[in-house]
Amino acid sequence: WCSLIQSLSKPSCNSVMMLFSHFQLLIFPELEMNKIFESVCFFFFLVSINFFNHPLSFWSLYTIIHDRFRSIAYLFPSGLFEKKARPFMKHPDEVFPKQRAVQWGPDGRPFHFLFYTGKQSYYSLMHELYAKVLNIEKHQDRLRAKGLFSAEPKQISLGTSRWLTKEELEATLVETISSHDYDRFIQLMERMLSMPYSSLEEEFILRYRQQLEAQSMHQIVPPLQKDEKGVDFSTAEGKRKTSRSSVVVRDCGSGRITINGEDYLHYFPVLQDREQLMFPLQFAGVLGRFDLEATVSGGGRSSQAGALRLAISKALLSFLSETEGEAMRQAGLLTPDPRVRERKKPGQEGARRKFTWKKR
Amino acid sequence: MSLHRLALRLRPTVKHARCLHTSGSIQQQEAVAAEPEPESLSVFRTQEKDPACHSEKHIGHFYTLPPAHVRPLFPNSLPWRYQQQTKTFNETCIMVRQPALEVISYLKKADYSQPAVRYLFYGLRGSGKTMSLCHALHYCYAQGWLVLHVPDAHQWVKNCKELLPSSYSSSRFDQPLQATTWLRNFKVTNEPFLSKIKTKERYMWTKRESTEAGSPLGELVDQGISRVKSSSDVVGAVMKELRLQSGQQGAGFHLVVAVDGVNALWGRSTIKKEDKTAVDPEELTLVYNLRKLMRNDWSGGAIITTLSQTGSLYAPKSAYLPQELLGERGFDSMDAFVPVSVPNYSEKEFESCYLYYMDRNWLQHPLSRTEEGKKELIFLSNRNPSVLERLCGFL
Repeated sequence: WCSLIQSLSKPSCNSVMMLFSHFQLLIFPELEMNKIFESVCFFFFLVSINFFNHPLSFWSLYTIIHDRFRSIAYLFPSGLFEKKARPFMKHPDEVFPKQRAVQWGPDGRPFHFLFYTGKQSYYSLMHELYAKVLNIEKHQDRLRAKGLFSAEPKQISLGTSRWLTKEELEATLVETISSHDYDRFIQLMERMLSMPYSSLEEEFILRYRQQLEAQSMHQIVPPLQKDEKGVDFSTAEGKRKTSRSSVVVRDCGSGRITINGEDYLHYFPVLQDREQLMFPLQFAGVLGRFDLEATVSGGGRSSQAGALRLAISKALLSFLSETEGEAMRQAGLLTPDPRVRERKKPGQEGARRKFTWKKR
Repeated sequence: MSLHRLALRLRPTVKHARCLHTSGSIQQQEAVAAEPEPESLSVFRTQEKDPACHSEKHIGHFYTLPPAHVRPLFPNSLPWRYQQQTKTFNETCIMVRQPALEVISYLKKADYSQPAVRYLFYGLRGSGKTMSLCHALHYCYAQGWLVLHVPDAHQWVKNCKELLPSSYSSSRFDQPLQATTWLRNFKVTNEPFLSKIKTKERYMWTKRESTEAGSPLGELVDQGISRVKSSSDVVGAVMKELRLQSGQQGAGFHLVVAVDGVNALWGRSTIKKEDKTAVDPEELTLVYNLRKLMRNDWSGGAIITTLSQTGSLYAPKSAYLPQELLGERGFDSMDAFVPVSVPNYSEKEFESCYLYYMDRNWLQHPLSRTEEGKKELIFLSNRNPSVLERLCGFL
């Protein structure tokens, strides 16, 4: 095994593991698919360790697991436009969809007793669930018999979580279920939760709950710094389409604005762009108070104005209170505009415009 | 800011009257008594109609030009937008600003036996150079000088509909239309001088027509207006006469040459000859003669000019300094000049302009009359006069 892996120098095919699996099939054609996957995982594991924790300084730069993708792009450069067609290195689980292993033996007899229901994993799950419900009831009866039944036992802390959706359940069971089946499953789970001593099966229940994501990403307020003259200032960046901008807002007292070294009246002769610059300051009511020094590059005049507006709003946050910052967020000043240019499709003249339709 | 508070205090109550000429010091107590003149209580206006009496105290104030002066002095030679404004507001008001006051003070102190001094207004686009020129010109007119005003030298080097080869010199070109327009305006402006000044030389226009020496200037000008073909040469003759005569002892008049957009004289032109080659401004009679006037080899007057990027040809938008706009040749020809920088409005001037628009009911939008609206206007225009004017135009 090891000699095989080490003898492999830089292959230059689509997926490193695909190549290896092809290679395997060529040498060992009688191996089954899962054995191949196992070896591929093993190879992946070895490569992760060897390539990226190599003592030689050339690769020791890329020891962090995030840089794995950048280092693959560096080692196997590709001129293909489609990003998904370039060489990549991922865990086989992420690449190959989960498939069900073969469910009957060499004699054709299925392994699972519920195979002929059609949805064996779903029905086995329901059976398991019901068995647990009965188990909890038996436990409760035993406690009542002993007289140790307490009215308020320890409850499961669900926190902010929800039941798995139908799609997620299908993904865990690796088989399709109908919405009726899903409803039944949820009903039974709810019934189990409602029982006082459901904490017995806490681990099982939590397996089928999904944590809700943390609420909206909290706005990172740039820190307020002081320069040599004792003037407060803060820096922030903003972007829109292809423009990137960076702004330094100083608490000077004059209303001067410089963009790329030029006066803003010269840089933005159009009123609309200056209005965009004015919006955050006017919204916060601090029009004549701050001094702005900005740099902007890329894009056209409108997108540069939008990038500057976002940067100004972010920088202003450090001078304003929480409520005012919240008001700005609700006004949409702190949201980067996600609209970018839509790609042109083949067979059409533009992104949406079709060629002229000729009747004949 | 205090000016505005003062205006707010003054506006509702008529009892608190103020003496306008002492409005320089704002920190006055609210005088209850004193009924001086029951005039208009505008803090931004001044009643002083004579530019000679304008001083530092009047900076930021608007003064009205008497209608009797406006028609002769500026027959179609004011900037277009300003002309529209005067028609709307029914009055011609100019703001007294520092650059114009500076030039007027130099004009007052100048020695007119020395060669003429050249003054050049320069500044960013829309900062008020032409209006300063008009203010200085009004001073000269009020003093009774002879005004030779070229409203826009750029008009002479572009959009020429008729280009004739010059009758005087074969290498040059004539522009009859522009010359006749200019002669007409000159006639309107300088009516009283036309009969007083006599020509010193004899001019032959064609084999049969000529103007004798000793005939009044008016005749020369009429000749140019009626005989369109020779009008450019008439212009040249007029300029030569005035140049020769202004410094003389017994002349009895001062000459002021005011040219707006003087960088056109040394720039490039977009006029094309028949063989599609570009015409050098030197080859145009009008420009050639005007350049001779710009040389300070004559005395008894002054030359006041402005640079202008707006109408200029082949000049980048960001250029506003004399070296950039005049070019090498122009800078060398204008070499000894007094540059006067014209900045954007200061805070006080901006207040004044804002109050003027409010007074004329030009700002219709209710929000524009509030403090917040004023701050927005300051931000959006960056106190640039022309941008502010365009902004308030649709409010």
